[in-house]
Amino acid sequence: MKKKKMEQFIGFMFLRVCIGLVILALVVILYDIFSKGSGVINWEFLSAMPRKGMTEGGIFPAIVGTFLVTIITALLSIPLGMGCAIYLNEYARKGKVTRLIRMSIRNLSGVPSIVYGLFGVVVFVQLLQLNTSILSAGLTLGLMTLPWTITASEEALKNVPQSYRDGSLALGATKWQSIRTNVLPYSIPGMLTGAILGLSRAAGETAPILFTGAAFYLPFLPKSFSDQFMALPYHLYIMSTQHHAIEKVRPIAYGTALVLIVLIFCMNFVAIIVRYKLRKVKME
Amino acid sequence: MNTMIKEKKSNQKNVEQEVISAELEENNMKVRVENFNFYYDTTQALKDINLEIKANSVVGIIGPSGCGKSTFLRCFNRMNDTISSIRYEGKIRIDEKNIFDDNLDVVDLRRNVGMVFQKSNPFPKSIFENIAYGLKINGIKDKNFIAQKVEESLKNAALWDEIKDRLHKSAFALSGGQQQRLCIARALAIEPEVLLLDEPASALDPIATAKIEELIHELKKKYTILIVTHNMQQAARVSDYTAFFMLGELIECDETNKIFTNPSKKITEDYVTGRFG
Amino acid sequence: MERHLDEELSKLNTNLLKMAALVEEAIHRSIEALKKRDKDLAQKIIDDDQEIDEMEIQIEEEIIDLLALFQPMAGDLRLITTGMHINAELERIADLTVNIAQRVLEVADQPLVMPLVEIPRLANQAKLMVRRAIDAFVNQKEDIAKNVILSDKDSNKLRTVIMKELINDCMVKDGTTAPRAVPLLLVARDLERICDHASSIAEDVIYMIKAKVVKHHRERL
Repeated sequence: MKKKKMEQFIGFMFLRVCIGLVILALVVILYDIFSKGSGVINWEFLSAMPRKGMTEGGIFPAIVGTFLVTIITALLSIPLGMGCAIYLNEYARKGKVTRLIRMSIRNLSGVPSIVYGLFGVVVFVQLLQLNTSILSAGLTLGLMTLPWTITASEEALKNVPQSYRDGSLALGATKWQSIRTNVLPYSIPGMLTGAILGLSRAAGETAPILFTGAAFYLPFLPKSFSDQFMALPYHLYIMSTQHHAIEKVRPIAYGTALVLIVLIFCMNFVAIIVRYKLRKVKME
Repeated sequence: MNTMIKEKKSNQKNVEQEVISAELEENNMKVRVENFNFYYDTTQALKDINLEIKANSVVGIIGPSGCGKSTFLRCFNRMNDTISSIRYEGKIRIDEKNIFDDNLDVVDLRRNVGMVFQKSNPFPKSIFENIAYGLKINGIKDKNFIAQKVEESLKNAALWDEIKDRLHKSAFALSGGQQQRLCIARALAIEPEVLLLDEPASALDPIATAKIEELIHELKKKYTILIVTHNMQQAARVSDYTAFFMLGELIECDETNKIFTNPSKKITEDYVTGRFG
Repeated sequence: MERHLDEELSKLNTNLLKMAALVEEAIHRSIEALKKRDKDLAQKIIDDDQEIDEMEIQIEEEIIDLLALFQPMAGDLRLITTGMHINAELERIADLTVNIAQRVLEVADQPLVMPLVEIPRLANQAKLMVRRAIDAFVNQKEDIAKNVILSDKDSNKLRTVIMKELINDCMVKDGTTAPRAVPLLLVARDLERICDHASSIAEDVIYMIKAKVVKHHRERL
């Protein structure tokens, strides 16, 4: 008996250490960024253009750029992802082909983001003549998020009980009626949550926008979606590795990192709220 | 039951009358299953089924697990079509029309053949919307008509008095038995002629079960009912005719009192007496 | 809650009542036939018994169906098994009236050995007991059933009186009256048996109402 208890104790201790290490890492990162970045955050930092070779001024164009590129990403990946998921889960015959497609989608999510960037350059920038622009970058990020959105949407669809579908089919509904009125309303929360989480990942990506539209230094806002833009992650990358006065701009880099993290936290928070609200509706 | 015995007796007495009533029966058949076979991939789930069902009667389908009784039931509204790699042979006629005809619309068939599932499956909507659902997807928009139909269906399902004050509350707030009667009401709203019940009381307590059984007894005045049940006693209580299935074959189908007092086949006797195996 | 079974039970009740009415009528007619020495009426009783036999079979089938299809419990079960018993008892009573009718055919052409006073009284008693026993069954009245059981003693006494009279006043005094006296003796015995059956029905009714076995245990009444 004693040995058993000892084993259990050791096991639990091991698990506690694991979780403790993870939390510790998170806290250290957050502390580092908050402590060093919060000093530069003020209204000017958020709303002004960068000045004097980005050694002074704010990061406003980067915030706007990230925002705009995320919109394009969302417009591509959410409808397309949901559509694919609905087709795969509701219409496609279960068989080898469907399994293959699903496997490919899973694999796509493992493709390194720099590869997507390269693909974006070839297809959007050169082939479709979109040049380096918000549109090219947004579409590239959209493609990158697709596997994520499809998988999350499929999970959401799988969570709708089969009995809802059977119930409406047995009442003389067509397949599409059954999906539209009795499956989608209950799976949209899950789909949206997945999509928003995907977007928040996309918003933090650097590699795919590196060649497709992000600019090093633009002291003005983009006028249309076909202009180049500044983006928070890319800005951060420049400030911390490529700038001619790295030590001098370090506080700005930390400030950018903080803004980026807060932005992504906000998006995740929205995802949680959406899921909570809509799930509550479902429960009632 | 009583009248059935009398019928039999008077038939014995009068051959002429027997011929007449046989003709009447002939015309009164709602459902005819003819040389029906059903396959999942290569396995044959139902073997050469022949069965006739009178209008306004209740047919209980009994048999051990995996005998194909649920599969059989799901053929009548072609719910098996949702599974790929299935194959039918033979015919099922409802009002003389073969339901597997190429020019028959499955959606129309399902409107005419209602189904209630083993586990009650109300939609996550209000009670009212649950019943109105079938009407709405079938293109009915008239609000007054829908409201009237909802009330009528709930009354027919013996649920109206219990829930008339909370029509717009969630259907999930109902008890298990009420949910199942809601599902019956939902099926009734689109005015089917045949009603398929797939173990409708298997997840309910005895009181809720008794209510469903009483309801079936009332419903047969208007509908032709097929009920699959694990519970032999339930088949005995509610059905006029009982069909015994085993290993995909229809072993015996006869008047319920005959099946439960003097079945023709020994294997049926072994099953109904619990001597099986 | 209204139950489908209740419908079937009331059908059973109605059928048993119909049968009881036929049986009562048979008792009544058998005594009328004896009093009037009416051979036609006696023959009619014998012929009509077939109807009662048919009815017994029908009710029995009905009861077997009820047991098989409804799996009745507790009060329902007692009611149905009591119905089964009553059904059999009524049929036996009907057979006894046939016996009486056959005795009537034997004595109809000869003068009576003695005036019929006590036998009609016993017949009335029998009729009344049957009626009351059925009444107790239909209306679930325990006290009526009790009275039926208690009044069985009177019928025994009455039969003994009749037998003594027939033996002492007729057969002992004049041996040649025996062929005419013995049928009457048998009639008295049959009537008394009818009373026994009525009493047996009443015992079952008490079992049905109170789930109490008073058969062979009069002290429990």
